[in-house]
Amino acid sequence: MWKWIQAFASPQNFYRISEKLIPWFLYPFIVLTLVGLYWSLSASPADYQQGDSVRIMYVHVPAAWMSLLIYVVMAIAGAIGLIWQIKLANVVASVSAPIGAAFTFLALVTGAVWGKPMWGTWWVWDARLTSELILLFLYLAYMSLNNAFDNPKTATKASSVLAIVGLVNIPIIYYSVEWWNSLHQGSSVSVTKVSMQIDMFIALMLMSFAFKFLYGALVLMRGRDEVLVREQNSRWVKEIITGGQR
Amino acid sequence: MTKRQNRMVLVGLLIAGAILAVTLLLQALGSNTNYFYSPTEVAEGKAPTGKSFRLGGLVANGSVKRKDMTVNFDVTDNKNKFSIEYTGILPDLFREGQGIITTGSLVNGTFIATEVLAKHDENYMPPEVADALEKTKQSKQ
Repeated sequence: MWKWIQAFASPQNFYRISEKLIPWFLYPFIVLTLVGLYWSLSASPADYQQGDSVRIMYVHVPAAWMSLLIYVVMAIAGAIGLIWQIKLANVVASVSAPIGAAFTFLALVTGAVWGKPMWGTWWVWDARLTSELILLFLYLAYMSLNNAFDNPKTATKASSVLAIVGLVNIPIIYYSVEWWNSLHQGSSVSVTKVSMQIDMFIALMLMSFAFKFLYGALVLMRGRDEVLVREQNSRWVKEIITGGQR
Repeated sequence: MTKRQNRMVLVGLLIAGAILAVTLLLQALGSNTNYFYSPTEVAEGKAPTGKSFRLGGLVANGSVKRKDMTVNFDVTDNKNKFSIEYTGILPDLFREGQGIITTGSLVNGTFIATEVLAKHDENYMPPEVADALEKTKQSKQ
């Protein structure tokens, strides 16, 4: 079993399989985005208080969810890389960081654009906004740490430790609106309740799944490049470059 | 213990340490992590009323009075309420019954506000649904 997992997660095997997997993420992403945008901008109603500004939510909320999800993936992959020393886990962690940072940035910017007309301010230092900003800094710190060492093994170790320690911020972001008084509203969608009209919820779900497929496609595409760079001295990579000739 | 188990324990300790550190930090910060105080918290003396602080609550129904650029209204949490005086532009969502957060200080029992922010809740619905909800609420009263 153990040997099998290690063989399956080998960089070479990943390179071979990922090529076939990419379309299974890319095309659902494109379809879901087109349908999702139609539902967000046209099929769903305006809000009784916010008017059409509610449509910002269909990008803001999925982006914010992705910022949390990708961080969790990154930290777990980092832990797997540390403990079981599976090379592929380290690849997944390091290619996820810039994608996660981009989603975090998108969530912060769309939030600010919504906040100005609705709250009357671009930014406040309440618990939700501050902890999400800290998440962006965690991603940036992870990326800098990953590039700060000449020895790639030291870099991976240091950045994985940071990712695992930073994991503590995730429940803080999620529960910040319940634990403390904040300007940011509570969650509209949870496992137990949805306080949102059904067409709005459909638009939100379509965009949310579109983002998830986008993340999958990006990890595979960036992962392939990263694997080639990391394994550049191995025989199978040289064979790909030379077209099998020696 | 194998090397792998060793590393597993180290990662576990890392997570436990991080949780402990942050828990202690948040405990120490206490109520400073709250963005605003409710009228009841202010009435109980939990807010730093000697200086500028934030007060959050609902705009009391029928309390909004405008005179030129100055607005007077009450903020309530249905237990306690405070009178607010504010001069300036209010956000679009400001209306009676709306949650707001205001920055300012208490002067002779009146809260002189320097900023008023509207708080939005987690309920999203089209206007027709909101109207229907309002009607059922009124027919029950």
